[in-house]
Amino acid sequence: MSAFAQRLPARLRAARDSVRLWFAPARVQREGATPDYRFSLANERTFLAWIRTALALIGGGFAIDQFLTDHLARWVRAALALALLVGGVACTLRAVNHWVRCERAMRRGADLPVSRFPALLAVTVAVIAVAMVCVVLFGWA
Amino acid sequence: MADAAGRDPGLQPERTRLAWRRTTLSCAVTAVLAGRQVALRGGGLLAAVALALVTLAFLLFLRLAHRRIQLLDGSPSPSTMPPRSAAAVAACTMSLALCGAVLLW
Repeated sequence: MSAFAQRLPARLRAARDSVRLWFAPARVQREGATPDYRFSLANERTFLAWIRTALALIGGGFAIDQFLTDHLARWVRAALALALLVGGVACTLRAVNHWVRCERAMRRGADLPVSRFPALLAVTVAVIAVAMVCVVLFGWA
Repeated sequence: MADAAGRDPGLQPERTRLAWRRTTLSCAVTAVLAGRQVALRGGGLLAAVALALVTLAFLLFLRLAHRRIQLLDGSPSPSTMPPRSAAAVAACTMSLALCGAVLLW
């Protein structure tokens, strides 16, 4: 049996726990001990920073559709704007999920959760940026 | 000033308050862009509904931020952000995105 298959039950359990937390986040407050409020406030600020990132992506989606009318064909604009809007929604969901998981980890005294989301977001934004540079430089589309 | 547990809040509540203000400003900018999208696209029932939803989302965000800021100001050892506020903030952001997706059509 592969290592992935051996870890599968634990992964499934963790996924089920996260989904249950999304729908009943108040359960977080019944677990463990209340952490130092300064840590909770820092966690809240991180959450807000992710929300700002999400808002910036959504605003960028609107901006592409409104301000790049001379450069881009209608369908390219719509596709890029839609990609940014979807990215914004993903960022928002991740913000809530990560905030809940950090809060729970602090209450339990466990390690903070790690995530590959920032790297994925960075790669996506870089790809879109390079595509835009090409489109504007060479007048494609 | 230290609280009962001997902790010094320092500037933590203030920084958190300012983070809420920054986020409210970001939300305002995005809402204005969404409103501009409606104005460019022209009238129609869909546009009116979208505009109402955008306004509602921004007002809800404003209210959430205001209440949280008041809570942070008033208490010597502030409580954790209620999970429902986090969910409501996420709902505001996602309804802006939803309006955007609808208005692209």
